[in-house]
Formats: sequence, C-alpha cells, structure tokens
Amino acid sequence: MNIHIRNGRVIDPMNERDEMTDVFVTAGRIAAIGQMPAGFQASHTIDATGLVVCPGLVDLSVRLREPGFEYRATLESEMLAAAAGGVTSLACPPDTDPPLDEPGLVEMLKFRARNLPGPRVYPIGAMTQKLEGQMLTEMAELTEAGCRAFTQADAPMTDTLVLLRAMEYAATFGFSLWLRPQDATLARGGVAHDGAVATRLGLQGIPALAETVALATILQLARETGARIHLARLSTREGIAMVRAAKAQGLAVTCDVACAHVHLSENDLIGFDSHLHLVPPLRSLRDRDAIREALRDGSIDALCSDHTPVDEDVKLVPFGESTPGASGVELLLPLTLKWARDMGVPLLRAIDLISWKPAQILGIPGGNLSIGSAADLCIFDESAEWIVTPKILSSQGDNTPFLDHPMQGRVRYTVIDGHIDFESPG
Amino acid sequence: MNPQLSQDGRLRHLLTLDGLPRAIITQILDTAESFMDVGEREVKKVPLLRGKSIFNLFFEPSTRTRTTFEIAAKRLSADVVNLNIATSSQTKGEAILDTVDNLSAMHADMFVVRHAQSGAAHFIAQHVAPHISVVNAGDGRHAHPTQGLLDMFTIRRFKGEFHNLTVAIVGDVLHSRVARSQIHALVPEVRVIGPKTLLPTGVEQMGVRVFHDMEAGLAGCDVVIMLRLQNERMKGARLPSSQEYFKFFGLTPEKLALARPDAIVMHPGPMNRGVEIASEVADGPQSVILPQVTYGIAVRMAVMAMLAGTGNA
Repeated sequence: MNIHIRNGRVIDPMNERDEMTDVFVTAGRIAAIGQMPAGFQASHTIDATGLVVCPGLVDLSVRLREPGFEYRATLESEMLAAAAGGVTSLACPPDTDPPLDEPGLVEMLKFRARNLPGPRVYPIGAMTQKLEGQMLTEMAELTEAGCRAFTQADAPMTDTLVLLRAMEYAATFGFSLWLRPQDATLARGGVAHDGAVATRLGLQGIPALAETVALATILQLARETGARIHLARLSTREGIAMVRAAKAQGLAVTCDVACAHVHLSENDLIGFDSHLHLVPPLRSLRDRDAIREALRDGSIDALCSDHTPVDEDVKLVPFGESTPGASGVELLLPLTLKWARDMGVPLLRAIDLISWKPAQILGIPGGNLSIGSAADLCIFDESAEWIVTPKILSSQGDNTPFLDHPMQGRVRYTVIDGHIDFESPG
Repeated sequence: MNPQLSQDGRLRHLLTLDGLPRAIITQILDTAESFMDVGEREVKKVPLLRGKSIFNLFFEPSTRTRTTFEIAAKRLSADVVNLNIATSSQTKGEAILDTVDNLSAMHADMFVVRHAQSGAAHFIAQHVAPHISVVNAGDGRHAHPTQGLLDMFTIRRFKGEFHNLTVAIVGDVLHSRVARSQIHALVPEVRVIGPKTLLPTGVEQMGVRVFHDMEAGLAGCDVVIMLRLQNERMKGARLPSSQEYFKFFGLTPEKLALARPDAIVMHPGPMNRGVEIASEVADGPQSVILPQVTYGIAVRMAVMAMLAGTGNA
C-alpha cells in the first residue's frame, strides 16, 4: 500500500523536524517527506490538514494481560486500545501468570501478537524465576526469544545480593535491567503516599524513603557492575534529584514516569476513589511538580502509560483492598499534550518523550520518521476535545482515575508498518 | 460537595467529622442533650424511629460500640438487626456490596457500619439507595465520628463550652480512628503526645501540636484523652515493651498533676490498665470514663434521629 499523507504538521523529534508537509509511505517504509518520489502512485490518501503527523508512539509499559489474566483483558482488546492511543510499539512487563520467565512463553506471546493487528510487542523478561527475587532467569535465552530487557516489574526485590548478581550477569551480556525503585520492607502494607493526606484518611503509607533507599542501592550497584539500568516509574522529588545527580556524574542510567503521576497527587485521594490506587502511589504536589519540571529539563527520559487494565470488581471495594493500577494507553497522548500545554513545552519536545526517547531506551529502530525507516505513524488532532468514558475507551479496563475528565488531543490514524491499523471517524 | 450532607444541607450520612459543618455538630450535641433523660425513665423509649429498620453491619468484631448503637436504636423504637460478618479473604469487597444490596432489598433504612478498611463507610455510602443512611461506626484508621462526638459531648458537659480549652490526646495516634475523629473536635488547641513510632507522618498538618515528652505535653491541659495501646505494636517494632511504654507515656497520678487541677481524664475504652493508664487515674476523681459510655448512647440516638429526619421532632 502506498499512502500519501497530505498537508500535515510533521513532527519528528529525532530529526528536529516540525513543518507543514507531506509524507509518502511505500512498502511499509517512509519513502519520502516533502517531495513526492518519482513514480509514486497513492493507493490511499490521508488528508492531514489541521492534524499532526508524528512517529508512532512507543510505550514502555503496557500490560496485555496474557497469559493468565484474560478475564481482565485480552491481547486483542489491549492491542486495539494501544493502536487507538497512537502506540505503534510497546513494551510489556512480565508480570503475567505465569510470568514471562522462560523462552517458550515469550515466543508464544510474540507469535500471538504477530498474528493480530496492532502495535509491535516487545516483551520485557522476568529478571528472576517466577519473579520471586531468588533465582536468575535464562536472560540470554530469553533475549534470543525476543526479550528487550529484564525486570521484576512490581514484584518485590528483597535480596540485595540477588540484585547484585542480576546486574553482574546482565552486564556480562550487555543486557538492560529495568528496575522500579521501591524498598519492599519500607513499602510493606502501604497503599498511599505516606504524607498528610494518608494520615488524614487513615491509609497506610509508603514513604518517599522507600524509593530513595532503593535508588541508592541500585545506583551504587550499577556504578560497581556497569550494568545498564533503566529506572521505571519514579515518583518522588528526592528520587529524581538522585537520578539527576547520578547522570551528572556520568552514570548511564535512564528513567521514566507514568503519565498519571504528571497530573495527579495524593490530594486526589480525598473521597477514597480506588481508581487512584496506583503503583507507585500518587505522591505530594511537590513531587508531582518536580516530575513536571524534570520532564522539561530532560532529567526524566520518557513518559509511559503504565497501562494496567483490571476488572471493575477489584476496584469496587474499599481503597486499601482494591487492586492497584490504571488503564491508560489511550490517555498517554492527551495527558502528554496537557503537560506540554500546562508547561509551555513545544510539541516537538513533548512527542520526543513518547516516541524517540523511549525507542532508544527499548533499543528498537522506531520512534522516528527518517527516510527508509518503518512506516509507524501517529496522526492526531491536537485540539480535538473529548471526555473519558468507558464507552470511548477500547481497553477492556475501564479503571482510570481520569474517568469523566476532559481531554484535548485525539488520535485520528495509527499507521503500523505501512498499514492503517486504527482510524477514528473524527 | 460533602458526601455527608443532602442538597439542602442536612445530615445524610455520618462518615467523618472532617469537614462536617460546626452547626451540624452543635445540633447533634444539642439533640443528644435532649435525649439524656430517656435513659433515666421507667420506660426507656421514645417512638421517633418506630417502624424503621437499622442494620448493624459489623465487618470487624466489636461488642461495646455495637451494643451502644443497638441500645440507642432500640430507645428510639427502631427495629435493629445485628450482622457480624467476619471477613478475611480478598473477595470480601465483593461480599460488602452484595451484603449491602441484599439488605437494601429488605428495606433497610440505615446501616451502621464498622470495617477494618479506611474509607469503607464512604464506599458503602456511595453505593446505597438514596433513602438509606450510613453511620460510620469505625473504618480502619480513618474515623469513628460518633466516638468523636461523644467525646465532645463529654467535654461540653464537664467543661461548659469549648473555647479556651486545651485537649491532649496521648498514645497510638497512628493506628487510631478515634484520635483522627477527636482531632476535629471544636476546641482551640489539640495536642498529640506519643513516641515518633506511633504518630503518623504530617499529623501537624491536621492542626495539632505534637509532643514527644508527655510531661511537657500535659502541662496546662483541660482534657487528657488516653488511647488504647494494642499488643501488636510490640511485634511491629514500634515499641520495645509495654513496661517501657507505661513508664514514658502511661498516665499516672504524678503525670496527671501536671495538667490543670480540674482536668478531666477520658478513654474510649477498652482500657489496658497499667499499659496506658494507671488504675488510680482510671478510677480516680478526675476520670469521666464511665460517663462517656452513658453519653455515647444519647449521642448515637441523636445521630440516628437526625439522619432519619426526626431530630427536631
């Protein structure tokens, strides 16, 4: 299929491009930008007048819920949701049932995903067997099966010696470890940020210390072992400051935050809405503002949805008993745009955080519109306004803290590998 | 939007004292005052809630609080059903809503709810039919508003009005829903006293003064409220021993002497004698612990009558 995307505002952070022009897609590749290639015959034309044309989004954390949690969501529903969110490549964490801790499971997932429309799926392998934090997985075999990195996801890592060994082993092969810094004992039993709001509501707290103590350990082990570390879902001002300082000292670490944490804080917990029960917890306004600033100054490298669809039953309980997590892959773009508007950040820089930068962290070729690269594109209406409702979301998980919130920015087309995988009537 | 109030500003549910308008609190206390004599009559009943069904939904064991709610409801002539729902599994949330739906189908008018999770009463209040009121009888560490009200009632009875009073709350504030409700009492100065392991993060942002030295904290107080210390606190590494706790944070006659000479001593019960309070104090002339229990019935009658819309009848 030859696609002619006419007259859009083409934004490509990697190539520092932001201009009104045309994009030509041939045989699944970006054939040209601007000038129509000789002999190009469009089989499909997209009028992108008034729309933004950018690299397909790259989401570093999307739970597809397979295998094991098909009652919460299926590969079909969540890949469709990702495509509806403009996502063309996604990393899925291994906290499935069973966890992605052996090559057969990873191959099966990749096989299932390949036969469905929707984004490219990049599994992140379990760092330890069954995610129990005791025995290492076959990281090399898992890499051959398609894993891009290794992680404990949200499973606790209580044994520092195992963490050290995992780093040493990963560093042997140059594999990347994605770690969410949280000291398991300091966080034990907690369901909300340990601060004035949790105190007032009588919710058991997870102190900011749980993040910074774990970070200190991880950073020190990383310095010692030379392991490639990506820090997932930072949530505290102090934690961000530590990562900023480590980067300034030359340590090659990257980090991300989840898009809900850019907008919400502990203050939103008043009223006990279990949709605000997230991991890590929503922290203070001070922390939220630090996240917003660190995204601007580049201390935080990427934004992700941390998409966690759950069925409504596990949210229809008192806050502390509810299963944490929020569905969000369809909100990644509008929440990123909102941050950019709030902060006065140019669109190019905002899109960088959800395309080119995460593609580099994931180590994949996507996230840019270079000539000859795969035609993964997100075409969106920057000003379209809509309200988040269960009906409008494709995900099987309606569990979002942004229910009934107005959003600005709506995906119109998602092109993956030169195919239009999602198209919205507009 | 206060989930506790109806659109015309009347009491719809009683979930927490946090944010409850002062006028409503005063109205509850005044109504309770009018019920004080009912318990002393030959026939201890008024017909205000005749024909109403009140369900005591206790997801967490309690004898004392449940009993006082039951007595209060019966003195108002309501029909009372007690349900003790022991829960331990993760699926209990589903059971909560199922239970609530089932009882609603039996034409309940009011649920009195106790649950181990903070926010459980809010949760139920969000899901009941519009004609059903919810009274929070204690949710996790969050709130125990009728206890807070009966403490205010007790203070008002013994001290007159609230201005110029200083109240000290001593002990395990961290785990205490009672303390969180008392903090919203209508007095100018609330102090919390305890070791750092038993005071929650940022408690000073609730408008209290924090003391770790009990003697300094008690100085000049009009009211001393002692909190119950659970034995589990030793296991959780929050305290080394109950003996050491008593030495530094237990209320003895010597420590009480640092408060104002006319200070009253309160305790929500049940007491651990020799752990947070010495028997000489608990049974002493400054103790108003037993009157608290009596007042608790009048206050709960007032709350239920107001929720049923008959508080001023």
